[in-house]
Amino acid sequence: MSTVNIINLHKRFGELEVLKGVNLSVRSGEKLVIIGPSGSGKSTLLKCIIGLIKPDRGDIYIDNVRVTDPKTDLIEVRKRIGVVFQSNNLFYHLTVLKNITLPLIKVHKLREEEAIKIALRVLKEVGLEDKVDSYPAELSGGQQQRVAIARALAIKPRVLLMDEPTSALDPELIDEVLEVIERVSKREITMIIVTHEIDFAEDISDRIAFLDGGVIVEEGPPHEIIYNPKKRRTREFLRRVLRKRIPISANTHL
Amino acid sequence: MVFINSVYDILYFIISITPFLLRGLVNTLRIGIMSFIFGFLLGMVVGVCRVSGGRAISTIATSYVEVIRGTPLLVQILFAYFGLPFIGIKLSPSIVGVVVIGINSGAYQAEIIRSGILSIPQEQLDVAKALGMTNLQVMRYVILPQALRNIIPALVNEFVTLIKDSSLVSVIGEVELTRCGEYIISRTFRPFEVFFVVALLYLVVCFTFSKIASLLERRVRVPGYFKVYRW
Repeated sequence: MSTVNIINLHKRFGELEVLKGVNLSVRSGEKLVIIGPSGSGKSTLLKCIIGLIKPDRGDIYIDNVRVTDPKTDLIEVRKRIGVVFQSNNLFYHLTVLKNITLPLIKVHKLREEEAIKIALRVLKEVGLEDKVDSYPAELSGGQQQRVAIARALAIKPRVLLMDEPTSALDPELIDEVLEVIERVSKREITMIIVTHEIDFAEDISDRIAFLDGGVIVEEGPPHEIIYNPKKRRTREFLRRVLRKRIPISANTHL
Repeated sequence: MVFINSVYDILYFIISITPFLLRGLVNTLRIGIMSFIFGFLLGMVVGVCRVSGGRAISTIATSYVEVIRGTPLLVQILFAYFGLPFIGIKLSPSIVGVVVIGINSGAYQAEIIRSGILSIPQEQLDVAKALGMTNLQVMRYVILPQALRNIIPALVNEFVTLIKDSSLVSVIGEVELTRCGEYIISRTFRPFEVFFVVALLYLVVCFTFSKIASLLERRVRVPGYFKVYRW
């Protein structure tokens, strides 16, 4: 488990200023959910944490390691962080098993037998032990995401980052992935999850942060953010993503 | 009767020149295969540099591609064989053939490899890096295995082009297939039959290689991913 501290993070892409001073600290073992409209900088923020994007200003610390320090060995940082992206997580030319063992062997320098043992164990945890020899394109989107989660768990991460892990999925496949994440969230592991699944966020998170316009607009315990947001922007956003909860009668005049 | 006789005569002539032409063909294949491999290695380095090198490296790589692609292969061959000796570099026709065609093909193959790399979704790169791989590992284990599968048809294209373009080294006296043909014509004055057989031999070689390549393509196809494309 690790703590993650983000201090006054700025990032601009040309004309577009994506992050305008993000401050966020995540306690060890905390499950933080980040919500926010598209283009608000959620993905950029996550990519900054693992050093895939270099911020213009500000700092990120994981435990006491300054990720934003140019002298920091990012590979050592990444070895302890599991990441699941929205889509295209798996290497299409490798079987499910190889997808999981490749980083274990090449990055973590495990022997092949050891890597296979770990891979089989994590696949079992996500309920896909029968798919070891399948190729990613032979799996459903939901199964692909579960393999990606298994791969992230295989390295025994201290921090797990998820960038909209269910946003690219067909509606009927979302639940199987959320169930797996929910099970993972019971573990002692620091998690930062970007998602639009508000019910899910309420269930698993210790805290929700609302990111909009490149800053954290509001953060707090899930029930407070969801049912009693203080800021107008948070309220408006939640109303948009929760539109399914609007009673049918309210729409009859349309 | 006259017609039959002349057909018989043509066939007999073709059969009698074929062994000699085959020797030229072997040389064509030698130049073709060696320069293709040389060009592939060069193209791999240059292509990867263009995509992922720093600004300086990428500029050098781009300049190489532009210069080679912007000048005729024939001029490059003539320059290497007749021009370079003036600055003290004297190369035999057969070395010039392999090296110049290789360097030439390298520029085209670099672009093919670059387009293959660019066809791989950005997320694959992000994921691989996030898993802690070094840039070299990302290229070797994630990007190139997928990119190379995607560019097999383009590489076959390049190879058959190269086999045919190798005929240009005949101008500096390297005895490959075309030069062999010209030599026979100078002795027999029968360009019709000779060039017909020469062309046929090129066709057989190129066709064979594209068949081999499509077998290879099928073998390395990833289940479920590279589907047969249907409208």
